[in-house]
Amino acid sequence: MVAACVLGFLIVFVLVGPLIWRIDPNFIEPDTAKMFKLRNKPPSLAHPMGTDQLGRDMLARMMFGGRVSLAVGLVAMFVAIFIGTAVGVMAGFFRRLDGILMRLTDLFLALPLLPLLLVLMMLFRDPVARTLGPRFGTFLLIVLAIGVTSWMSASRVVRGEVLALKEREYVLAARSIGLPNRRIILRHILPNVLSPVLVAATLGIAGAIITESVLSFLGLGFPPDFPTWGRLLYDGIAEIRSYPERVIWPGLAISLTVLSVNYIGDGLRDALDPRIRGR
Amino acid sequence: MKLRSALLGAAACFAFAPAAMAERGADGEVKIIYYQAVSGLNAYISSGTKDIEAGSLVLEPLAGFDEKGDLFPRLAAEIPTLDNGGISADLTTITWKLKPGLVWSDGTPVTSADVKFTWEYCTHPEGGCAQSAKYEGIKSIDTPDDLTVVITFNGPKPYPYQPFTGATSPILQKAQFEPCLGAAAAGCSEQNSKPIGTGPFVVTDFKVNDVVTYAANPNYRDPAKPAFAKVTLKGGGDALAAASAVMETGEFDYAWNTQINPEQQAAMADAGKGVFVNGFGTLVERIEVNLTDPSPSLPEGERSTIKHPHPFLSDVNVRKALSMAIDRQALVDVGYGNAGRPTCNVVPAPEAYASDNTECLKQDIEGAKALLEAAGWTDSDGDGIRDKDGRKLSILYQTTVNPVRQDFQALIKGWWNEIGVEVELKSIDPGVFFGGDAGSPDTFQKFYADVEMFANNFDGTDPEPYMAQYLCSKIPGPDNQWQGENINRFCDPAYDAKQQELSRTADPATRAQMVKDLNDMITKNGHVSIPLVDRGRLSAHSNSLAGVVLNTWDTELWNIQDWSRAK
Amino acid sequence: MFNYFIRRLLAAVPTLLLISFVIFLVVDLAPGSPMSEIPLTVPPDVRQKMIEAMGADKPMLVRYVIWLLQFFVVETGWAIQNLTGWGVIDAITPAMQKVMRLLLNSETYEFTGQRIISWQSKVPVFQIIGERLPQTLTVVGTAYLIGVLIALPIGIYSAYRQYSWFDQGGTFFSMVGYSVPTFFTGNVLILIFAIRLGWFPTIYDTNLSVTDWASFKAFVRQMALPVTVLALFNAAEISRYTRSSVLENLGQDYVRTARAKGMGEGKVVLAHVLRNSLIPVVTIVALGVPTIFGGAIVTEQIFKINGIGAALIGAINVSDLPTVQTVTFIFAVLIVLFNLIADILYGILDPRIRYD
Repeated sequence: MVAACVLGFLIVFVLVGPLIWRIDPNFIEPDTAKMFKLRNKPPSLAHPMGTDQLGRDMLARMMFGGRVSLAVGLVAMFVAIFIGTAVGVMAGFFRRLDGILMRLTDLFLALPLLPLLLVLMMLFRDPVARTLGPRFGTFLLIVLAIGVTSWMSASRVVRGEVLALKEREYVLAARSIGLPNRRIILRHILPNVLSPVLVAATLGIAGAIITESVLSFLGLGFPPDFPTWGRLLYDGIAEIRSYPERVIWPGLAISLTVLSVNYIGDGLRDALDPRIRGR
Repeated sequence: MKLRSALLGAAACFAFAPAAMAERGADGEVKIIYYQAVSGLNAYISSGTKDIEAGSLVLEPLAGFDEKGDLFPRLAAEIPTLDNGGISADLTTITWKLKPGLVWSDGTPVTSADVKFTWEYCTHPEGGCAQSAKYEGIKSIDTPDDLTVVITFNGPKPYPYQPFTGATSPILQKAQFEPCLGAAAAGCSEQNSKPIGTGPFVVTDFKVNDVVTYAANPNYRDPAKPAFAKVTLKGGGDALAAASAVMETGEFDYAWNTQINPEQQAAMADAGKGVFVNGFGTLVERIEVNLTDPSPSLPEGERSTIKHPHPFLSDVNVRKALSMAIDRQALVDVGYGNAGRPTCNVVPAPEAYASDNTECLKQDIEGAKALLEAAGWTDSDGDGIRDKDGRKLSILYQTTVNPVRQDFQALIKGWWNEIGVEVELKSIDPGVFFGGDAGSPDTFQKFYADVEMFANNFDGTDPEPYMAQYLCSKIPGPDNQWQGENINRFCDPAYDAKQQELSRTADPATRAQMVKDLNDMITKNGHVSIPLVDRGRLSAHSNSLAGVVLNTWDTELWNIQDWSRAK
Repeated sequence: MFNYFIRRLLAAVPTLLLISFVIFLVVDLAPGSPMSEIPLTVPPDVRQKMIEAMGADKPMLVRYVIWLLQFFVVETGWAIQNLTGWGVIDAITPAMQKVMRLLLNSETYEFTGQRIISWQSKVPVFQIIGERLPQTLTVVGTAYLIGVLIALPIGIYSAYRQYSWFDQGGTFFSMVGYSVPTFFTGNVLILIFAIRLGWFPTIYDTNLSVTDWASFKAFVRQMALPVTVLALFNAAEISRYTRSSVLENLGQDYVRTARAKGMGEGKVVLAHVLRNSLIPVVTIVALGVPTIFGGAIVTEQIFKINGIGAALIGAINVSDLPTVQTVTFIFAVLIVLFNLIADILYGILDPRIRYD
């Protein structure tokens, strides 16, 4: 419950926040003399989270950056989990598909991530941006790129579980009464692989937020003046000696997101698993 | 001769570092950190500055540049000039004399044959020598005796000091590198990682892209030097960590190129374990303007080519207004501090070549607005962006991924918005941007953007090849696989003519004036390049290291033989 | 099971060939060029010459076949020759010369046993791997071992006492450990323990060899911080999977049966539950072990360890294709091998799993 409140608060913070706190996250005082007075300010009433090295308001940047980070983290996680679970269940359940799907997993595990992302962006950035518009196109591409490169461990884990599950008595029983495979998977297999999937999902969100920042860092993600939590964290690290709060805000936000998603996942599993509820 | 040089050496010791009056190797180990790790020690097949500098402890040229940019003899007995007869009156030959009695670290004598071999090694068509531009225009090299080298050029060479000067063009030992000619060069990993040289140190161990260990050269020409018995040159990390290892933790004695922002510099200096040293060379951070149309609506192969002039940047008033809106001093204060100064020139040094162009130093937002207004660029539809004939002043501004450059982008975007110019920012992985891969849309040569920002400089002290970059013939395009240095697509017959004249002129004063004129044509008058910051070199050394003199004209380790432990 | 093992090993060969080709394709397609590090003062025609000298201008397929030959014939030949002293390289020279001349379309090519050479440093790639492997294995390997050793007990006990203070603490600790990236924890630890307190060095010394007590202490000191960061990260992931899996199994009927027949709690958990809970853990560990070889890119960079991860990222940055291809391919071999081992372990852990 607390977890859901925290996540809800974060979502409200990034969605409604900018409507109330109306400072442009990229606004730099054009008058340089004034700009220099505004740099690196500690938290104050005018700037509750302080200002950065160019005098931009950190609160506005955190709100704006959170939109991107939360959206990318959640959507990319769903993409990865969806691919991973589908591949894992297919490979574990249908012996004929196992070889080919697991070799595909090996291939994706082996590919060096950075060149792969560079190639994906080079090949698809312009066509996607042309058809869907630069903002949404970049978002979609980043989400897909992260999803496509991070589903493998989920699929390996799910497959391992399914291999064991499908030999369990209740699955054999379901099969013997002639239940079609689709029904067996949906009714008997999927609910029972839920808990490793939820773990993979919570771990995946943190991974996706960080991967997004790495992408932006490499110039593959959003434009350089587009703040995200991951990028704020990166930029803050260099200044950790003099201005530790610059790292603390985004670090705290990312950790809170991951923690709350994790607890929501735990709660979800408990609610869905009748055996655990009794204990 | 020997006595004289020994006396001179002793005098130098006395003058610069009295503590160094010790014997060779008395001061133990000196630890140096380069945040870019060393990948090889042979400058001719190297991949960057750090390799050339690491090699310079071992391999030496005939002459080097000192901290003022003046040539001084290393292996040569003296610098050949017109006055001492070393350069022929028709400017087609230069005669170098080696110091007598020089030996390689293996004890064998250094002869003119080694010098000639070096030329053959680097100009072999299959060798892929990185420094072959240094040997351009050489017709032949003759070795009348063991100590004399006569270089004959194809025609008159007003600046004949390109070959065999500076750390980029050192002498190799013929006996060692003879099996490495041509296609075999890359396979000679033993030679390339442990070259035999004449410098103060010899390589004892080399871990690729990690650490080089050197020991004092037992056969170094000055018996009292170097003071250190061992050098460890470690690579890896980033500039901040390298600076910290010297200034905060004292793990290292010297850190190369510690380019960090002014606040970090101040925080490090407070720790009190070391000091920063800085010096200025020819490196200028600039915004290059694209004079051709990079619009994505053009067919591939016509984007950013001379077929389509830029819709608004071909108007000099727009370019000038962009330059006027920039507060260069603010950029320095945010990004570089002591390691930078504002500049209006693409040739900021040597002093003789630097134009006295200072009008851009003062930001003039109102003036920029007025200029645009007068040139017909007005905000006709009230959206805050100026336009004319239906063309909006909307700019795509690209650079590499780098925290300082991203800060510059954000600041400059703010100022340009202020004068009614819309700006979209883009940052590109430096490996892609500088890679020059013709298949990638993001290289700086392809220039699929309206303006782009990076830093450029020239090697040594002669700007002639650098000024040649803006010739019409060097425009990159699909027909030359986008290989060309004139990335602005600037083409002015007057400029070409003046550049031709420069390559025929020998008188230093006239040359200097011509370089200034060329510089002004692309900056003050044309605003094709918008120079921002003259970027100095910032390095750090510990308080206990004596004898460091920062040199931006040659390898930073140019005088390591004079370094010693402060007592 | 043995038949299955052999069959999978044989099937791995075409898989690996395909993987090597896809890796080559991706790395080659990636924008960037080996010239990116060369200063701008070097003119374009010289750059072109340098690319030709590397052979980087040859068609992609030709370069791929050359790499295959160099990896499987030449490097293997050198390895055998160095181990046994047989003149393998001389023996293959005439055939290799013929093939290479055909491939390069050159009549003058001389084969002298050229190994896979890094474009950036002009040093054999296997020499680089040899120099880098010790520090990667010690740091990343130790961290992984420690990570597993602390993750298993934490995961099991957290599940057994679900929602106890221990579980809450463990969950919080591991999620923070995972959600805060290693570049953050690494830098914070360096700032506090290396710079402010001066207990540990900030830069890893790869020349350090352990000969006496003092050098052993120095060795432990320089390993302490990176091992801590990595172990925390690994432990977080493994303990989450262990906890969830043990939790799942604690509710099963067989646990009730075991308890009902009076079995001790320790035995119930360690003998029955743990064994059945290990499948996802084995999967995750099998995925993690190859990364010990691959190195930890971020951690190696922060602590300046210069291991395989640093070599790989450095090679990627300058498009050093031979190095990237070779390191990644060895990595792929390990992935395929360890996934096979995991499959075999599944069969041992749960005899009901059958593959034939």
